[in-house]
Amino acid sequence: METAETPHPGATEGRLNRVTILDENGHRGSDPDFDPYIENVTLEDLKGSYANMLKVRRFDDEATSLQRQGKLALWVPSKGQEAAQIGSARAIPERDYIFPSYREHALAFERGVDLKDLMRIFRGYSPGGWNPKEHNFNLYSFVLASQIPHAVGYAMGQKLDQHVNKEVAQGSEESSATVVYFGDGSSTEGEAHESMVFAASYDAPVLFFIQNNKWAISVPFSTQSRLPLAERAAGYGFEGIRVDGNDILGVQAVTAYAMEKIHRGEGPVLIEAETYRLGAHTTADDPTKYRTRDEEDEWTTKDPLVRLEKHLRLEGVDDAFFEEANAEAKEYGASIREAVLAMEPPEFDHAFENVYAEENALVEQERAWFHEYEAGFDEAETQEGGR
Amino acid sequence: MSDVSAQASAVESMPMAKALNAAMSDAMNEDPKVLLMGEDIGTLGGVFRVTQGLKDEFGADRVMDTPLGEAGIVGTAIGLAMRGYRPICEIQFDGFVFPSFNQITSQLSKIHARSSGAISLPVVIRIPYGGNIGSIEHHSESPEALFAHTAGLRVMSPSNAQDAYSMLREAIASQDPVIFLEPKRRYWLKGDVERAARVPTTQRAQIVREGRDLTLAAYGPLVPVALAAADAAREDGLSIEVVDLRSISPLDFDSVERSVNKTGRLVVTHEAPTFGGMGGELASVIAERCFYSLEAPVLRVGGYHMPYPVASVEEDYLPSIDRLLEAIDRSLNY
Repeated sequence: METAETPHPGATEGRLNRVTILDENGHRGSDPDFDPYIENVTLEDLKGSYANMLKVRRFDDEATSLQRQGKLALWVPSKGQEAAQIGSARAIPERDYIFPSYREHALAFERGVDLKDLMRIFRGYSPGGWNPKEHNFNLYSFVLASQIPHAVGYAMGQKLDQHVNKEVAQGSEESSATVVYFGDGSSTEGEAHESMVFAASYDAPVLFFIQNNKWAISVPFSTQSRLPLAERAAGYGFEGIRVDGNDILGVQAVTAYAMEKIHRGEGPVLIEAETYRLGAHTTADDPTKYRTRDEEDEWTTKDPLVRLEKHLRLEGVDDAFFEEANAEAKEYGASIREAVLAMEPPEFDHAFENVYAEENALVEQERAWFHEYEAGFDEAETQEGGR
Repeated sequence: MSDVSAQASAVESMPMAKALNAAMSDAMNEDPKVLLMGEDIGTLGGVFRVTQGLKDEFGADRVMDTPLGEAGIVGTAIGLAMRGYRPICEIQFDGFVFPSFNQITSQLSKIHARSSGAISLPVVIRIPYGGNIGSIEHHSESPEALFAHTAGLRVMSPSNAQDAYSMLREAIASQDPVIFLEPKRRYWLKGDVERAARVPTTQRAQIVREGRDLTLAAYGPLVPVALAAADAAREDGLSIEVVDLRSISPLDFDSVERSVNKTGRLVVTHEAPTFGGMGGELASVIAERCFYSLEAPVLRVGGYHMPYPVASVEEDYLPSIDRLLEAIDRSLNY
């Protein structure tokens, strides 16, 4: 059986070193290029990150079991990718706009999206779930890579704001940028490539953040690419950075570095966070069919939560903190379950509402027909009742 | 001010390509958020020169010569619209729209619904479409049914210079995405254009020739052919009513219904293949609505079920005056 790391005969490791700050035993190392970007991260911050990672992990487990019980149409686990998401989210200013893919639950949580709203998508009750403008966090995209050009266009708009509208100059405190998340599988899509060409052409203030979780459903990374994805950035003419995606401090540092550079108006950056999808691709998937138990076991020991816990314990954080964090996470999971079970489905009529922004004759006609049809049942009921 | 309004109300004769150019220029002058993007639209002015001079007038920031990538053009236009801009994309030829088909049908059309109305995408995609220019493969297609079938998109096609101006202004002003199909073989067709005129084109068909005996419905490139067929039929003593549909999605069934209730007969024509085309949709709805006033089945005159043929034989593929007259005869013989 192939593994995620089976090298392609023509594969190369590339020239970029993988940035790691917290090693697998939780020891904090040093990286002179990136240390300055996390010097203000306190132990309290890390405890907060840990507590959030644990909450989202618990949420994820709850969602998986809800799907197994038939309460969700589908679930897309993010288990194992919490450090990549929370570490990066904490380095992106709130004014910057984020385009997620569809496995960014921890990121959504960090952006203040109520994960109960997110569950409405998977329950089959909402097409989108939240108002993207309230969180500077766009809706999920389920067609792979389709959101990448949107992000680049949005970033082109942020840059144009200063020329066309004489609004905010790039490089100033108020200038905003865009971050787009996608996976190793999406990196193959033509739209990913076109997006990077456009971003380079227009010096768009955009960060391409790839979470390489090693598997595109059943296809291993070795089939997706002969070389680390961060290496591709050089081909487009901008900087690429490889980082250990299970190392929250490493991710936070490189993201903070990239955002600062992008805000200075120096164009796009690509970050490849190398992580691992511990669960299935979705609940419709069966990873035992295509990957080895040994591989999964190996990555379980590299779990980002385990690593951060080791670090916190080395720093003297005691059991009481972990017990409390666990209790909070458990409670959070239970609140999600409760919310999902209490959800009310929308009226079908709402589906006619936002097909177009302006009035549309065809939609109005069909809506009127639907109402008439529904009213027919009420009438029949009334007649029956009267008999 | 008085000069401007005098100029605006003036009637100028210009070809359709120039009317489209004027529409973009006027919209860009009125709203700094209107942008143009596409391959070769800047310095060259577009392969059909429809955007000629606009880069000089508005600068490279607002008239963008993009890298070559249709999915990139439409995808980034979506992002720009999310940021508050009103992008007008040019796809160089009809057959090149398919690399961006995913962005148009799975994203552009659906994001308003997906966001429960929080995001509107006022994007216009201009596509020179249709045949009869003697070109090679992928340069003569009519993909309107593919877009009309997709909820969330508006699809329109002008047939004359005034409509080209007014309808493009309307498309740019629309909060919804519009697929704007320009009949490339009519780019040089001249007509009077009054910029100040706000022709009520919105989802409204126009009776371009009154008649009693039969209704002939067409849009875009075939409207002049339909008018010519009506002229020829008049020599045989027939009075043909010609309807220019203008908006393909939504389709103005009401106007066609009124006309058919008067004439009792309908022939509909388009360049796109007949099977699965707009003609079938119109025929079906009119059969349902006008069952008792129809004196013959609705007939369709369109392209055949084949890839667009090579230029040397395209005359046999395209609906012509003779094919329309044949269909008119067939209808009248029922």
